[in-house]
Amino acid sequence: MNISRRDFLKTTAAVSAATAIGMAVPDELKAIAKETEAGWRWDKSVCRFCGTGCGIMVATKDDMIVAVKGDPAAPVNMGLNCIKGYFNAKIMYGADRLTEPLLRVNDKGEFDKKGKFKPVTWEKAFDEMAKQFKKHYSALGPTGVAVFGSGQYTIMEGVAAVKLIKGGFRSNNIDPNARHCMASAVAAFMQTFGIDEPAGNYDDMHYADSIILWGANMAEMHPVLWSKVTDRKLSKPDWVKIVNISTFANRCSSISDVEIIIKPSTDLAILNYITREIVYNRPDAIDWDFVNKNCVFATGPVDIGYGLRPQVDHKKYKPGELDTAGKEAFKIITKEEAQAMSALGIKEGQKMEMKNAKTPDNHWLISFDDFKKGLEPYTLDFVAALAKGDPDESIEDFKKKLVTLVDLYAAKERKVTSFWTMGFNQHIRGTWVNEQAYTVHLLLGKQSQPGNSAFSLTGQPSACGTAREVGTFSHRLPSDMVVANPKHREISEKIWKLPEGTLNPVPGSHYMKIMRDLEDGKIKWVWVQVNNPWQNSANMNHWITAAREMDNFIVVSEAYPGISAKVADLILPSAMIFEKWGAYGNAERRTQHWRQQVTPVGHAMSDTWQMVEFSKRLTLAEVWKEHKISPEVTLPNILEKAKAMGYKETDTLFDVLFANNEAKTYKWPDPVGEGFMNSEAAGDKRNVEGFKGYGFFLQKYLWEEYRKFTLGNGHDLADFDTYHKVRGLRWPVVDGKETLWRFNSEYDPYAKAANTGQFAFYGKAFKELPSGDLLGPKGEEKVKFPNKAKIFLRHYIDPAEIPDNEYPLWLSTGRVLEHWHSGTMTMRVPELYRAVPEAVCSMNPKDAKTHNVKDGDLIWVESRRGKVKVHVETRGRNNPPRGLIFVPWFDEHVLINKVTLDATCPISKETDFKKCAVKIYKA
Amino acid sequence: MMPERRSFILNSLKSLGLATAGGLVWGGFIEEGRSAPLILRPPGAVPEKQFIASCIKCGMCVEACPYEALKLATPGENKPIGTPYLIPRINPCRMCKDIPCVPACPTGSLDKALVSDKDESGETKLNIDLAKMGLAVIDRETCIAYSGIQCDACYRACPLIDKAITVEYTRNVRTGKHAMLAPVVHSKACTGCGMCEKACVTKKASIFILPREIAMGESSERYVKGWDERDENRLKDVPEKVTTETPRSEKKAVDYLNEEF
Repeated sequence: MNISRRDFLKTTAAVSAATAIGMAVPDELKAIAKETEAGWRWDKSVCRFCGTGCGIMVATKDDMIVAVKGDPAAPVNMGLNCIKGYFNAKIMYGADRLTEPLLRVNDKGEFDKKGKFKPVTWEKAFDEMAKQFKKHYSALGPTGVAVFGSGQYTIMEGVAAVKLIKGGFRSNNIDPNARHCMASAVAAFMQTFGIDEPAGNYDDMHYADSIILWGANMAEMHPVLWSKVTDRKLSKPDWVKIVNISTFANRCSSISDVEIIIKPSTDLAILNYITREIVYNRPDAIDWDFVNKNCVFATGPVDIGYGLRPQVDHKKYKPGELDTAGKEAFKIITKEEAQAMSALGIKEGQKMEMKNAKTPDNHWLISFDDFKKGLEPYTLDFVAALAKGDPDESIEDFKKKLVTLVDLYAAKERKVTSFWTMGFNQHIRGTWVNEQAYTVHLLLGKQSQPGNSAFSLTGQPSACGTAREVGTFSHRLPSDMVVANPKHREISEKIWKLPEGTLNPVPGSHYMKIMRDLEDGKIKWVWVQVNNPWQNSANMNHWITAAREMDNFIVVSEAYPGISAKVADLILPSAMIFEKWGAYGNAERRTQHWRQQVTPVGHAMSDTWQMVEFSKRLTLAEVWKEHKISPEVTLPNILEKAKAMGYKETDTLFDVLFANNEAKTYKWPDPVGEGFMNSEAAGDKRNVEGFKGYGFFLQKYLWEEYRKFTLGNGHDLADFDTYHKVRGLRWPVVDGKETLWRFNSEYDPYAKAANTGQFAFYGKAFKELPSGDLLGPKGEEKVKFPNKAKIFLRHYIDPAEIPDNEYPLWLSTGRVLEHWHSGTMTMRVPELYRAVPEAVCSMNPKDAKTHNVKDGDLIWVESRRGKVKVHVETRGRNNPPRGLIFVPWFDEHVLINKVTLDATCPISKETDFKKCAVKIYKA
Repeated sequence: MMPERRSFILNSLKSLGLATAGGLVWGGFIEEGRSAPLILRPPGAVPEKQFIASCIKCGMCVEACPYEALKLATPGENKPIGTPYLIPRINPCRMCKDIPCVPACPTGSLDKALVSDKDESGETKLNIDLAKMGLAVIDRETCIAYSGIQCDACYRACPLIDKAITVEYTRNVRTGKHAMLAPVVHSKACTGCGMCEKACVTKKASIFILPREIAMGESSERYVKGWDERDENRLKDVPEKVTTETPRSEKKAVDYLNEEF
């Protein structure tokens, strides 16, 4: 039978859709599918891009990915995709894909920081990498080396990384780009619930009557989820209400019933207004039964700084930066701040010293009366005047919207789901504002039930699965454990079969601090994996200079040449998603695995392989000796203990961490991989530098060992093989069953086991605190409150930098639907490149007029830190109010992070990319 | 565009013309265009027949275009040689507010009046939103948004977003849990700039610009949509006198009636 390619694609899609939902497929059509599919192997996988976690099917032929289709059996997307997902088949085959290691060398072929990149063998690459590692590690100790990890690591890569860096190097200097993305959400989950990640799942959007978006442009950033929200709206158009709260109008406004444009950071005040309105004027809306049984009230210090360098006159600051930098030491209280924090006795004009900048996460219990007192200043008049973000909107209209917002939350008959993403998380008070959202939901008793959900959406495909659950953060260990907790270190050392005392108890440098340490010469060896730090980090002029002009060694594992590769000393070519076995965990706790589909291109090798090979270069004697970490902390020599466990000093980290006896029990070939390749286990047809494989199923070993961390503590994952039979499972997976709504005993076996009624917020962290009043804890005595969540009182405070006469505009950055992060993959897909070839500056037409610029003009956007050239757009997808401009960060020709400020939430250390002050002028 | 580029184009055109048409520098070229109704003209272009007659192929509009989007037709392109045109898929019109190509035209072939209106103060001003270079047309069979893929790249690329292209929301009955967000073009607002055609991510664009007279139908003059008040405006200048003719009415009534059975 002769059918055209298009007919063919349509037919095969129809057949898989029909099969998935159990429809009868006419025999004739079946025959066509079989015939045309001959030679194409379809296998399930997952989209490479955002945190939605759409399932896809991948077709291979002759060891190439030839097509993808949305997986009709995947519950998240049921066969659909967005346009990034649509192009999964093309992302691996860019003409400039990195295919061999590249080292900066001199004429003699020796490493030279000022040399040009030349191809080298893996052998030579690892030799130089190990030489440099040993040089800096022996001079500076475990804190002198660092890894920039990723929320796009596969789960097994994350496990290998944490094991190698924390267990092997005994360094906690590993931090993922997820720090820029989800850290505020994590900190708030831990402080509020004592356990990380959302309680609900994507079905919440099909049950909710009010859907409130807080700084979440789902229409572009989570397109498939947006189509679910849209479907809910269409199902009951007059009843279901959508509110879009943002600092600029975006595509979500199209179907929103209410659009609330706010001034940056005033979400803190609006949430307090909502809570105040409920507490003072609509007390009947409070679900006292829920609150009394399941909640306590809490607050914390307000003088916590802005996550900038503690040394405000640091010598690397340029003179122009010093005034903003000084806010880390103190700020002069404004009229608005004084009014907001009047319950704390704070006065206008007062100098607020940032006394709690080192202890920002302290918090204590307060009474409901104190909670109520703290909210008193957040009246409608005060908050509306403070928060109105569009100068051209009337205050009356704005007030009406705020009142409607309260109605939509408080009405007893409405189920409410709040979504937020980077608008909340990338925020100088990101942890606070996350917590305030929980405050509203908990007070109303609208949490952990279908449709009643405060839902933090994640940005990256495995920010949840890897960065958070595996714990690739500088302070974390798997399953929400932390390095500072001796019990947690002990559990980890046991599972990883490390001698007691191996793990370093001092939290490492978070993402921005790794950059700052590099600039200070405290870190001199950096390995970048699955992300692009020199494009994704704020205030990047500093970090580019530090990388290129200082004595250090930067290794970048990459698939494509981007900015970070450009600043590197050594580039390692990495295998991409379908070129390796892997797993991602999405925003609704769904873990999804895939098999290696094809051989990596050129000499590219997986990040796991790179770490495992590097581990062969370090003996126990080199890393497990005594290390002085700080004046107070010395890591003991653990070699004797290691010997008692049967290890030898001359054993390498490879022998102990990756190729130990347990690992070798995971045999390859394995039935789950029948018909599929495994480059790590068995090598592949390329025979790269003679590599024949490790001879065992490395990925399965890493999974099964990691799984031990999760069992019995509410993070339970299923065994490796199970995930290859299903379309993902939402943890905790207990007795083979996934959990739909956590903390609700109807759905969650852990909540049921707690036996405290319908709900149990059973997370263990921060569940023993002192009590006090609004000003601080009183006395030493601590109260235990197991199974309860905290209702936090947090306050409004100005951002670190606000527009003034010299820098009159707010700058917000973000993403666009067509491109993923720094564009290394999507800018190589011709269709996506053509659709959006460059980043533009969205601007209000009136601002354009005031600044005498028009659409298409090239302008400079300049801050105290740097400037970039970008074209103006006043009539596009984003419509900022007067006073704010928006520039996305995907375009390496518009490096907007030269302009942004590296202030962070002091608790989460997540950078606020959404607000700094800039000026614009014609280029 | 640099002046050099323009003179280069013009010179090469002229020399080609000399070589192929034996001295008839422009006259002969026009022939090549008579059969090219699909050509897309710059903003403000007068109707095509008139345009062909009045355009002196000077290239001033091409030179004025800051994006080099306008091209001059060369032999072999099957377009009236020397006249300006656009290929949106490659380089669409960016809808400059000051429309530099239009005032540059020395002959009025690009007519300011067609792209001007009065602003708030009553002053006549150029307004690119009035341009009618063509009309975006969607092939719903290949447009992936119509099958539920979250695309709408054309919609976001549209300089008149939510006016020239809007999104039509319908429920995806196949999944029961998602919505279709499908782009819809509105001829009243669409200028035919072609930003949508360039942005379209399908292999061959599923949204593309056609000259309006080709892309558009015309509704009956003698029926007004009863549910749409504005539809009546359409008929403002229609002559009130009506005589309908069909083959059936060819004969006068009396003649017909007097015919034998």
